[in-house]
Amino acid sequence: MSVSGSESGRGRVGLFVTCLADLFRPSVAWASVQLLEQAGFEVAVPDRQTCCGQPAYNAGDLPTARRVARGILDAFEPFDYVVAPSGSCAGMLRLHLGRLFVSEQETAARAEHLARRTHELTEFLVDVASWTGVAAEFPHRVTYHDSCSSLREMAVRDQPRALMAQVQGLELVELGDRDVCCGFGGTFCVKYPDISTKMVSDKTAAIAATGAETVLAGDLGCLLNIAGRLAREGRPVACRHVAEVLAGTTGTDPIVPVGP
Amino acid sequence: MMDGAAAARFPEASARALGDENLQAALRLLGEGFQARRTDAVERFAGFEDARDAAVAAKTRTLRNLDRHLETFEARCREHGGVVHWAETPADARQIVLELLTDRGVRALSKGKTMVAEEIGLNGFLEANGIEVIETDLGEYIIQLAEEAPSHIIVPAIHKTMPQVADLFRQHHDQAKAGSFPRRTPADLVAEARAVLRRRFLEADAGLTGANFLVAETGSSVIVTNEGNGDLTQTLPQLHIVLATIEKVVPTLADGAAILRVLARSATGQDMSAYTTVSTGPRRPSDVDGPAEYHVVLLDNGRSRLLGTPAEEVLRCIRCGACMNHCPVYGAVGGHAYGWVYPGPIGAALTPALLGVGAARHLPNASSLCGRCEEVCPMRIPLPKIFRYWREQEHAARLNSERMRLGLALWGWFAARPRLYRLATGVAMRVLSRLAGRSRRFRSLVLASGWTRSRDLPAPAGRTFLNSWKRRS
Repeated sequence: MSVSGSESGRGRVGLFVTCLADLFRPSVAWASVQLLEQAGFEVAVPDRQTCCGQPAYNAGDLPTARRVARGILDAFEPFDYVVAPSGSCAGMLRLHLGRLFVSEQETAARAEHLARRTHELTEFLVDVASWTGVAAEFPHRVTYHDSCSSLREMAVRDQPRALMAQVQGLELVELGDRDVCCGFGGTFCVKYPDISTKMVSDKTAAIAATGAETVLAGDLGCLLNIAGRLAREGRPVACRHVAEVLAGTTGTDPIVPVGP
Repeated sequence: MMDGAAAARFPEASARALGDENLQAALRLLGEGFQARRTDAVERFAGFEDARDAAVAAKTRTLRNLDRHLETFEARCREHGGVVHWAETPADARQIVLELLTDRGVRALSKGKTMVAEEIGLNGFLEANGIEVIETDLGEYIIQLAEEAPSHIIVPAIHKTMPQVADLFRQHHDQAKAGSFPRRTPADLVAEARAVLRRRFLEADAGLTGANFLVAETGSSVIVTNEGNGDLTQTLPQLHIVLATIEKVVPTLADGAAILRVLARSATGQDMSAYTTVSTGPRRPSDVDGPAEYHVVLLDNGRSRLLGTPAEEVLRCIRCGACMNHCPVYGAVGGHAYGWVYPGPIGAALTPALLGVGAARHLPNASSLCGRCEEVCPMRIPLPKIFRYWREQEHAARLNSERMRLGLALWGWFAARPRLYRLATGVAMRVLSRLAGRSRRFRSLVLASGWTRSRDLPAPAGRTFLNSWKRRS
């Protein structure tokens, strides 16, 4: 295992990278590491992590979900906190992992212990770390998409907004119907593509109505879905994970480059 | 009865629904109408969350001793001169109703709104046996004219636009008399339906209603309506039949009141519905009106099998419709796509229990698990959890597609082996990143057509984070 960061003694955070950030957009994980370090935590990235197991769990394949979950329990045992730049994956670790082990008392206890230590990134920075040190600039009009799992499983709504309010120049315009799903839903979006498309089209229309140049969110699943639809519709709105803006690492391209 | 096999055709039906402009126009009203009104009602009532807890507690207590409360209900109902009939299956219930009607020479039956009648396919059965059925709820009346099934449990004709309703009335109403109705506004249409239906109430020899709940301690049935049609249906004819499922019973009137406090607020955003009517037995000598006979048909149809399973919480449902009013999937495809009586989230949770996991497998799968239904459900039914339960049953019975199973197994094999996973994803992401070229997106991608048919797939960065992190440290 590899460890980085200061030794300021606020505690050790195991970063749950999330498979989408790992595979599609490493900049989200780098930004997360940077923010956690700025907030005074020592950050480790256990290299035995892969995925939270939701694809199997939500498909009803509990044996597979269980196999993946055991790996997570092992990998994240030694940390004070486990933080994920995703409400969806954090929700899986906090609320669902234990359900997989109802008949294994000892493993269930480990899952319960993990659940207590698990946080979504913005929730952790605001509620646990009480961190107000955002030192970033983003002079753009943005809107924010709340992922359903952040909103309803992790009670994350005000935290990203509190952090965005510290970003120089950032103007937040709220979305209409902001508590409505974007239509991603994991494998839902490919199992029922027509319905998913209708949902994401409603979302991109709502985004366009804000006049924002950039849409931010705390979950890459939603962002890939929204960015993909915006690009297909030719709408010139950039998509980024909120961590990139908070860390000030917006020199990279947005999720899909805007423009022809 | 709606065809149970239609639930298996959800993907085709939902594609049709998405292309139906009239339906899409009708569904747009959900957001500005029902959602906004519920939000207002909840904000007006500071005790709403406590009222939810009380209603949940009342129903939970009921389900724990359902058999006892049902027996009490029967005993009290009998004391007041009513008759309780037990029906295990839809066929049993249909036969009981038919015999009650034919034994008394009933030729026309007026009907208040009842989803259970839809569940057992009552109208078609009675009509095939020579009994005329008169729907008296405006929405039910509209779809009876259109020869369609309800698409919503409290707004059965929500899929119809006003011009479509005007057309139906033009076709079906006596031209000479109906000529005086302008049919320009919804109010015109309501006035027309009322005028036509008033006469018909008097023609019925028997009335059939559902029940929002049954009260064990008094042996009463309670209905909640806004049109008053239920009251005319149950008080004018000599015979009143109540058709209800077994989980509708609550122990006490106070428990019923707990449900009333959340029902209309969640359904239509009213504090209370216009009419709440308690029926206890037939007309007594001192009553000014009421039926000579009062019968309650109690249907199980698979519900008792749900007790003790992870899906039993669906039995708390009070049929307010809030889940479908707030569901983005229902909002996209409407109720008919679900192919059976109960659409939307509650339908997706209940239908597999009634039709089988195989026939209904699409319904609990066609959800992004966004959880908005659970958030608004006054009875706090954990709908996403129940969808997952049905998915687990489906997977365990090997009813899902071979492709899905194979994909999950392959992914799971790698995901449980971090080193191999790292190697394989490292190569795959690098290749994908190269293939994407400078546009940084895929407009189409083999094996991802479900995604790329309607949206671009953003390209992966190239090197995965975990591989880069290893280099850094």
